[in-house]
Amino acid sequence: MDRDLSAILARHHHDGGRLVQILRDVMAVAGHISPGAITRVAEALALPRGHVEGVAGFYSFFATEPRGRYRVRFSDNVTDQMAGSRALAQRMLDAFRIELGEVSRDGLVSVGLTSCTGLCDQGPAMLVNDHAIARLTPARIGAITSLIRGGSPVAQWPDNLFRIDSHIRRRDLLLGAPFAAGDGVAAALARGAADVRLQIEQSGLRGRGGAGFSTATKWAACAAAPGPVRHVVCNADEGEPGTFKDRELLAHHLDLVLDGMTVAAVAVGATHGLLYLRGEYPFLIAPIQAALADRRARGLLGRDVGGARGFDFDIELHVGAGAYVCGEESALLESLEGKRGIPRNRPPYPVTHGYRQQPTVVNNVETLAAAALIAVHGGAWFRAVGTPRSAGTKILSVSGDVERPGVYEVPFGTAVRDVLAEAGALDVQAVQVGGPSGTLLAGSELGRRIAFEDVPSAGAVMVFDRTRDILGVVDNFARFFAHESCGFCTPCRVGTTLNHHLMARVCAGKGSRRDVDDLVRVSRLMKAASHCGLGTTAGNPVLDALAKFRPAFDARVASEPGPAFDLDEALAPAREATARDDAGAHLDPEAP
Amino acid sequence: MKPDVPEPRKKLRVATTSLAGCFGCHMSLLDIDERLIPLLELIELDASPLTDKKHVGPCDLGIIEGGVCNADNVHVLRAFRQQCKILVAMGACAVNGGLPAQRNHLDVRDCLQTVYLTGLGVERGFIPNDPELPLPLAQVHPLHDVVKIDYFLPGCPPSADAIWSFLNDLIAGRTPQLGHGLIHYD
Amino acid sequence: MSEPTFTLDGDDVPFTEGQTILQAALGARRYVPYLCFHKDFKPHGSCKVCTVKVNGHHAAGCTTPARAGDVVESQTEELTELRRDLVQFLFTEGNHFCPSCEQSGRCTLQAVGYELGVTQGHYNPLFPTRPLDASHPDVLLELNRCILCELCVRASAQVDRKHVFALSGRGLTKHLVVNAESGRLGDTDLAVEDKAMKVCPVGAILRKRRGFTVPIGERTFDKAPISQVLVAPHEED
Repeated sequence: MDRDLSAILARHHHDGGRLVQILRDVMAVAGHISPGAITRVAEALALPRGHVEGVAGFYSFFATEPRGRYRVRFSDNVTDQMAGSRALAQRMLDAFRIELGEVSRDGLVSVGLTSCTGLCDQGPAMLVNDHAIARLTPARIGAITSLIRGGSPVAQWPDNLFRIDSHIRRRDLLLGAPFAAGDGVAAALARGAADVRLQIEQSGLRGRGGAGFSTATKWAACAAAPGPVRHVVCNADEGEPGTFKDRELLAHHLDLVLDGMTVAAVAVGATHGLLYLRGEYPFLIAPIQAALADRRARGLLGRDVGGARGFDFDIELHVGAGAYVCGEESALLESLEGKRGIPRNRPPYPVTHGYRQQPTVVNNVETLAAAALIAVHGGAWFRAVGTPRSAGTKILSVSGDVERPGVYEVPFGTAVRDVLAEAGALDVQAVQVGGPSGTLLAGSELGRRIAFEDVPSAGAVMVFDRTRDILGVVDNFARFFAHESCGFCTPCRVGTTLNHHLMARVCAGKGSRRDVDDLVRVSRLMKAASHCGLGTTAGNPVLDALAKFRPAFDARVASEPGPAFDLDEALAPAREATARDDAGAHLDPEAP
Repeated sequence: MKPDVPEPRKKLRVATTSLAGCFGCHMSLLDIDERLIPLLELIELDASPLTDKKHVGPCDLGIIEGGVCNADNVHVLRAFRQQCKILVAMGACAVNGGLPAQRNHLDVRDCLQTVYLTGLGVERGFIPNDPELPLPLAQVHPLHDVVKIDYFLPGCPPSADAIWSFLNDLIAGRTPQLGHGLIHYD
Repeated sequence: MSEPTFTLDGDDVPFTEGQTILQAALGARRYVPYLCFHKDFKPHGSCKVCTVKVNGHHAAGCTTPARAGDVVESQTEELTELRRDLVQFLFTEGNHFCPSCEQSGRCTLQAVGYELGVTQGHYNPLFPTRPLDASHPDVLLELNRCILCELCVRASAQVDRKHVFALSGRGLTKHLVVNAESGRLGDTDLAVEDKAMKVCPVGAILRKRRGFTVPIGERTFDKAPISQVLVAPHEED
């Protein structure tokens, strides 16, 4: 291990800013990050040990205690669950005779759950060590179980297990335009920085990550910010459950994205780019690195990019380690700097004080792809599509109860109903647009439009037909937020867990009207007082569901509150110790 | 000293009990001293450690000291909730489990084994298993983990003045307000 | 030129450039409840107890820059209710048994609870299992009471330059760790003279052999509510 560690540290130039990358490598080699390894890394990087321990303890793909040599994590998004993921996980747990989260006694395997892995169009899905496996079936689980028992390295498992399908179902401006690597760079260099910014302004392009901030405003502020070095960051930490359009863009339109980053570099005068890829997409690491190498060889990265004397720009790949909050741009910057992914206080904003406190633009994958094409075709070309306040197209990830899950690029202003019709949704009860942090639409609202001014969306469209339990959906989302809260601020840290417990109680039929009132109270508090978007949106599913599916709650809850815990279960340890099982050794949960 | 309230039409029926508590709150209630006399003009006691009545009957107000640590506590608490229009959690243990809840990170099986089998000086011990004995719960809980509680009066114990002020408010139909000096968690 | 001002609950509060709303309010001897703020450190805004409304929008008073002409609300029933909930969240999250705590009567969490009229008991307590570390010869680390304000983290890093404390975990599992492979405070270089020893607002970091030195009735917040203590002319350090 010592030699491995030295090699890892050398590979990352003993740069403490690459701590997340270093710890990823330690995980890959050792299976967990031991207290000794934390000390070694801290000493080698001249960082406080507590800092390294804090980072190791923050990301869910890092383990500070031994896990199995095979670390299986089932994606636990609601779409995975609808496709039967929990039963498949149970099948595997039974095979290895372990509980969820446990390591088998021989240290061979551990099985757990993880937040959405972005394979909702081909779920249920799982991660095994650094590999993603989609389209799980009982047969595939059987095969994987045998392979684990056989002990061969995951990298040597049959290729077909790791195949990730592409489901681009509808193409428009971005996905349909012919484009070759370097087209955007050449166009941007020909236009010059000021004209690129002007075209972006005229295009009306707004951030595709969900918030919808004007890209031109962001770029102008960064370009004007004083500082010797500027950075362009591509936010490919596509963590919103139900979203997988960036996965398709990076897999099949990578040059569009990398050109977009370079166009941004021209526009703001950046010399350094960072692409932050979520750790759930390990299958994209090698293709991205190959593409970066290829672009360097072709003069599209490095010195004098695109033949422009003095325009130096290169892109570094960073990979996340399981933390939804890092999709928030300032948390992402912290993570890029090798820290815990805690959102920063603003002001100052990243455009002036971003990566390493230098001016930085952080843009979503899709925003950068659009920017590359705007550089080529001009702002008016883009502006001609969409609505007055939402220019261009939106790439949606459609999953759940539809016949054709996949990626659909539609002009802004398209009715949700039209998207669902194309995807083959029948008997729709509800649609979650924009993921758990977005908007829950009832079946009667399908005339609403995908647009910043109506239903904004980072891209997720999860469809639930009438056989689905809406409370179960909300429960899944509540659990997700509790798992992903960074824990920095009180309202979100505690509120997400309280909501998770309250929803679980209500779903189990043990809740009361008071619990429903508390769900509202906690959700509103989080919205009002939380530090970042995670907390302010974490109550959305609860509030939306209560506004639109109130009878489903009312039917499930009692008017008076019952016990907050299982009374009879709470006597089980004492029953065991006393070997009693008489009537007095039990409590009736239903009694008044 | 008389409570500053209009004469009520009929006496308020009040029951009190101590669950997993130390009776310190009841002692503090008695500490209101001579104010007990005007208080007893306004209330009459149902089941309470201060009376001989064992089972709670229909009451206007139930005051409970102590948390919920065993099956018997659950039965008594449920009976109080059923019989009392207003239920008050009095004292730190009733409000958040208090001192007894500091065992909550221990496994109750280990506790029983240590105390009755393996502890220092224990010989030929056995874990009592008479059906008459209430079994301990895995954790000690505040009252509101088991039933709805209408008002909380914190303190270990709440001071006599706090109890007096609190009861005065309740009897007069006011929402109790404890200002500085009366509100205490210790 | 006169000083810029904003209004706090209708009254003008002057401020100097760079001050946040909370800093300016305290400077003007106006109390706004808070827990994670300390005048010697850059505000970081994690407890959110100082949440106010600025021109109608919620914001943490400690991190929001004061701006001339802003209309700030603080002592409203709505904000008091919000703060009560936050304080209850903290009680629910940890194991706060005040009667047996050495800091009782001097504890900021407790005093803010009193100030807001929190009688506790709305949410179901989570009763986490947290360790108690008595390995240091002079200091007791009682994490059951930690409210994750990070003041000790900041003090140890910025003033003591020792980095004795850090945070690990996330969400509800977020917890304080110490700078030692053993995980024991006794294996760090924390000393009782350190700033990190003086900033804990609750009873999580305690000097050994120093408990219950002041009789009940004479402790800091027995004598006066925190709203008066914190804005008194000679605030204790």
